Amino acid sequence: MAFNRQQIEEGVIEVLEEALGVDAEEAKPQATLTGDLGAESIDFLDIQFRMEKKFSTPDKPFKIEQGELFPENLLQDATMVVNGKLTDTGMALLKQKLPHIDFSNFEGDRTVKKLSEVFTVKSLCDFLERRLAK
Amino acid sequence: MRWMWIDSVLSYEPGRRMVAVKNVSLAEEYLHDHFPDQPIMPASLMVEGMAQTAGILVGSCRDFREKVILAKIGSFTLHSDVVPGQCIRYTALIERLDEAGASTTGTIERLDHTIGQWETIGTSEIVFSHIDQNRSGNIFPEENFVFGENFRTLLRGVGLDKAMTAASKG
Repeated sequence: MAFNRQQIEEGVIEVLEEALGVDAEEAKPQATLTGDLGAESIDFLDIQFRMEKKFSTPDKPFKIEQGELFPENLLQDATMVVNGKLTDTGMALLKQKLPHIDFSNFEGDRTVKKLSEVFTVKSLCDFLERRLAK
Repeated sequence: MRWMWIDSVLSYEPGRRMVAVKNVSLAEEYLHDHFPDQPIMPASLMVEGMAQTAGILVGSCRDFREKVILAKIGSFTLHSDVVPGQCIRYTALIERLDEAGASTTGTIERLDHTIGQWETIGTSEIVFSHIDQNRSGNIFPEENFVFGENFRTLLRGVGLDKAMTAASKG
């Protein structure tokens, strides 16, 4: 069974209600997971697990690989971050690894501390739409 | 005092399910204060019992090589008290497992010996992290400090102590 955009958006909102205890009205497309919805780092793993379960079907189990949805350990690499800002190499790698993320608001400043703001409700839906179509 | 909030593992299905029990006795000191005239098993220690059951199950999935840390209690509901003389049964199930960690669900049951029946009194959703695989890139000690010597006796009953011994030898 394939999921259309509406089913994906409804599923993501249910996942965020369960994982973060937020109301459906709060989970607007542009809401950031950490800033607006109060997610902490461990919630990202919980969200990943809940999305896998929600979008698995008996004939097509859904598994998200580590680092596929959120960046993994990139930011500890000295070639990726200098003085708290993402380097050109880091920016390029991040874009390559996370094609579902819109970096347009982040790219001008590149302060690593602000990176979490790129993860929005919409970015989760975009990721799922792309990934579930494979 | 050993920080063990389950008494024995009753059954174990690798990668899927673990069942453990805790007998609640009036001889246990914490019940003298919780509460002086009305001893009740603290819910917080039942969370710990469930987390130990589920945590051992998660650890066993990778032969105790991962350091399994309780990361998040998604939910924990209890709708009845447990008092001395009763027994608690924790059933933990693996929901998802990968390199970064695992999510589990659980059922908490109570045995009242005067009735002789198990009764479901709660549920849990607990997420565990494999901290060596965590996202922050921190380094932790080599030895597996999570699954220490205390757990060995507990795991012997279901044959898991050998896996723990092998893991501790690296």
